[in-house]
Amino acid sequence: MSALSRHRALTAIWGSPRGWRGTVSSVNHSDIGRRFILAAFAFFAIGGVLAMLIRAQLATPGSAFVGPEIYNQLFTMHGSIMMFLFAIPMFEGLALYLLPKMLGSRDMAFPRLSAYGWWCYVFGGSILIAALALGVAPDSGWFMYTPLSSKAYTPGINADVWLLGITFVEISAVSAAIEITVSILRLRAPGMRLDRMPLLAWYLLVTALMMVVAFPPLILGSILLEVERAFGWPFFDPLRGGSPLLWQHLFWLFGHPEVYIIFLPAAGVVSTVLPVMARTRILGYGWIVAALLALAFLSFGLWVHHMFTTGIPHMALGFFSAASALVAVPTALQIFAWIGTLWKGRPELKLPMLYLLGFFVIFVLGGLTGVMLAMVPFDWQAHDTHFVVAHLHYVLVGGFVFPMLAGAYYWLPHFTGRARIPLLGEAAFWLILIGFNLTFFLMHLTGLLGMPRRIYTYPSDMGWTWLNLLSSVGSFIMAFGFAMFAVDVALQIFLSRRARRNPWGAHTLEWAMPLPAPAYNFASQPRVADGEPLAADPDLPLRLARGEGYLAEIRHGWRETMAVDVTTGAVDHVIILPGNTRLPIITALATGCFFLALLFGFYWLAPLPLVAVTVLGWRWAWTLGWREEIGPVPIGAGETALTHREAAGAPGWWGSVFLLVADGTLLGSLLFGYAFLWVVAPNWPPPELIAAGLPQGAVAALAALAGTVLTRLAASAGVAGNNAASSRWASLAVGAQAVVIAALLWLGLAELPAPTGHAYAASSWAMIAYGVLHAFIALLCAAFIRARIASGHIRKGRVLETSVAQLFGDYAGLATWLILACVLAPLVLA
Amino acid sequence: MLKWLRLTTTALAVGGCSGPLSTLDTAGSAAASIATLWWAMLAGAAILTVLVMTLLALAFRRRPTPAPGGTRLWIGGLGVAMPSTVLLVLLGFALALGEQTIARKAAGVVVVEASAHQWYWDFRHPGMAGEIVTRDVLHIPAGRPVDLRLEAHDVIHSFWVPRLAGKMDAIPGHVNVIRIDAKEPGRFEGQCAEFCGLGHAGHRFRVVAHDAAGWTAFQRGEQP
Ligand code: HEM
Ligand SMILES: [Cu+2]
Ligand SMILES: [Cu+2]
Repeated sequence: MSALSRHRALTAIWGSPRGWRGTVSSVNHSDIGRRFILAAFAFFAIGGVLAMLIRAQLATPGSAFVGPEIYNQLFTMHGSIMMFLFAIPMFEGLALYLLPKMLGSRDMAFPRLSAYGWWCYVFGGSILIAALALGVAPDSGWFMYTPLSSKAYTPGINADVWLLGITFVEISAVSAAIEITVSILRLRAPGMRLDRMPLLAWYLLVTALMMVVAFPPLILGSILLEVERAFGWPFFDPLRGGSPLLWQHLFWLFGHPEVYIIFLPAAGVVSTVLPVMARTRILGYGWIVAALLALAFLSFGLWVHHMFTTGIPHMALGFFSAASALVAVPTALQIFAWIGTLWKGRPELKLPMLYLLGFFVIFVLGGLTGVMLAMVPFDWQAHDTHFVVAHLHYVLVGGFVFPMLAGAYYWLPHFTGRARIPLLGEAAFWLILIGFNLTFFLMHLTGLLGMPRRIYTYPSDMGWTWLNLLSSVGSFIMAFGFAMFAVDVALQIFLSRRARRNPWGAHTLEWAMPLPAPAYNFASQPRVADGEPLAADPDLPLRLARGEGYLAEIRHGWRETMAVDVTTGAVDHVIILPGNTRLPIITALATGCFFLALLFGFYWLAPLPLVAVTVLGWRWAWTLGWREEIGPVPIGAGETALTHREAAGAPGWWGSVFLLVADGTLLGSLLFGYAFLWVVAPNWPPPELIAAGLPQGAVAALAALAGTVLTRLAASAGVAGNNAASSRWASLAVGAQAVVIAALLWLGLAELPAPTGHAYAASSWAMIAYGVLHAFIALLCAAFIRARIASGHIRKGRVLETSVAQLFGDYAGLATWLILACVLAPLVLA
Repeated sequence: MLKWLRLTTTALAVGGCSGPLSTLDTAGSAAASIATLWWAMLAGAAILTVLVMTLLALAFRRRPTPAPGGTRLWIGGLGVAMPSTVLLVLLGFALALGEQTIARKAAGVVVVEASAHQWYWDFRHPGMAGEIVTRDVLHIPAGRPVDLRLEAHDVIHSFWVPRLAGKMDAIPGHVNVIRIDAKEPGRFEGQCAEFCGLGHAGHRFRVVAHDAAGWTAFQRGEQP
């Protein structure tokens, strides 16, 4: 087969139809990645316009441009858009687009999940923007502190828009996190050991793992607050045993790792682009990876530095202060590794390098003010002033926007296949750099002179007048620079000449393909023997195009890509990925209807879309797989491998594991909340505790155990080919989970006080609800196994579906036991 | 060294750093030591910035042979050892300073109850004949430590008189204590620092620090 006919055949398999059909059905990672990036940039523009309105208002004292009603929406939406709709999705888009290409793979592990995440993001983002246009946008600040965001003080829909809209968007963050983790761990080119991965993959892996555990506390907090607002369950109401501090802990348990989640991918871009600009290899690869792991670990121990003024004892603050200072060490390590790399090589001042220099200047200053703020006494003064606004923009714009701009110029030829028009980009750079520093450098001083953040106006005799005016002038210069950047990119896309293949002389695999990148990435997958494959073998692109690598053979119209061993990168099995489908957009629409029903208070309607999501989820799993026997297939170079349905440890299993890790973090946060309220909240002990319920508890516990064991029995019988037994065990497992559900509900209804009376009852009920939901999921899994045995999809040696069902069965059992222990604890201890 | 810093502090405060809410134009002991900490950190940060920028600039000079330094210098030395040392010193300094600042038992402490509302402050002072309640004006004796017991009645607010001390949140359902003092008699501006809704920008109050005679008069109920 010639290279050209292989290109045509592969494009037919991996590409998407033209026009709107392709738009709604494509699951290809390049399509989805590009969309994420474009949409994130659009949201950046919206957030930027809001920033301009903020700066217009603050330019002069006593300004009558907007009042507090509008201003509060402006800064809340600016912050929320920048964090949730720009920064996170931008990095997700970059990861989706680039990762498979850098790892020598053809797509991500769960293409339909990327598409679903994408639609959730657009729909959720649209809800927020619509609310902004209608003037009912969230207005309690981007961290939504209660009680201000509770029903009593925000009676309108504004806070619900935030809680529901952001949670909707979070679905895409969690799915991206799981997908990125599994793709990096399993979907690489054969021979790519962990220590041969491009550094960016390490950064994205660590980021994704952090997301898996960082987002659940926020999601939980949002659910609890929404339930408080909608149904009056008083988790955060101090009069009824709740505590506003619980919200702060849950929010910052997410919020602090969040800023590293934003910074790390951008730092990964620095680690990728900088050595190429310096024409050398990165200094201290292993050290950098170690620093990343340290950063990820430490970043979960710092959240209290956002709460230095909430009355926590000083010695406890000292611990968090030290931990916050400590993260500066792995960060400094990276900074000096980068500078050392520049010293080692021969750096050239090309445009991406210029942006990297901007990054150094701004980010170093942001890091230094960060260390200052980590010192408790200083934070007592600077907290909630414009000093913090300056600091956070130095780290976010310096640590995210500048590296991303460097990355944009570096990879644009890859997206567009075209070269840049000279000079416009340089001019934009200088405008952004100067404008930024003018805006935010002065803001440190404004803050020290006592200007609080989030005030819509100020008197003229405070000494802030000229500082604010200059800041506003600076921000308009910066906005002009960003507009120029947009024009530059547009010109490059539409007018410029074609780019050479590999214009920077880089050595990573994403440059081993024709530009713009084809839908299938690689006509055949490489075998990697070096951290910089193109340096070791400059002819690699040609040989891959000629089909000299893995999976060059095209069969059955399958989308095939290799799965490798996690650490060694040895060939493990062949993954057959699902093709284009409308299932993701339809499921996202159903999900959106659920959120809209809650938003408009049609609670009686909400179960309907939930049923739809359940049915679609079932279909989602059902449409995969096949009944026929397949066995080992040839993969090229005379080797053979099993397909993923027959091999152990397929992506679906790994994905389930990380999903359950996220789910377990959510449960952990819930249990933390329960214990926290018990110990810290006012108006405890509650007027009424659980008084009986051991029989119901015993039934639930035994049924949960039975459900777990029966699912396991069904799984092993299914894999052994014993269909009749497997089917019987699965039916029994369904029954056992139904008993769990009934017993838990009975326990709650018969023995627990009403959830609206006290935070104790509310949190007990929240745990019961969690248990019921997970027993129901386990029930569905068991029922699925039964149905798949009947349909002939599960047969001897097919481990994937049964192993996933077993995971969910085990988890449901464990969760039920934990929950029973917590709910019944007051009874047992009394 | 500290003395020298204090002197520069005052000099800078007079030129450009003054203002009714300035944290650098200090009039209380907590605010003064925090300002000292700030100027020290600023100096340190300036040195580190110059160091990093110089190293960065030098990377771009033309050079015939590859520059010196491997992972030992760049990562072991500059990346790990240098920041660790600096941070350790800074942390110790800040911790000690914080310990001095917090409200401990001490002789002659005046206790005032403050309750924050959307959007005003009520202060309940000890008087000769029971409590003296004022709205949006806090009275304290100059030169004596004052503990404020903060509570909030609706949403979270934050008590902050920048020229006297740092801030402390007033949180519904919890009581927090902050210690402040004013070295000299005078009037100082206070501002709610935690976003508290529509009236946040105007959620202000004033502190009046009396001399001994004035304080006695106030406690006797003679409004000044
Ligand atoms: C494009 C230039 C930008 C300008 C001129 C700007 C300006 C501002 C200003 C003046 C505030 C303070 C509002 C107040 O407290 O009253 C603010 C808040 C904030 N900004 Fe930006 N910003 C910009 C870009 C960004 C970016 C890129 C991010 C994040 C990636 C970001 C994240 C935030 C956050 C999280 C807040 C806090 C919002 C809150 O207090 O709830 N900003 N911005
Ligand atoms: Cu933080
Ligand atoms: Cu207030």
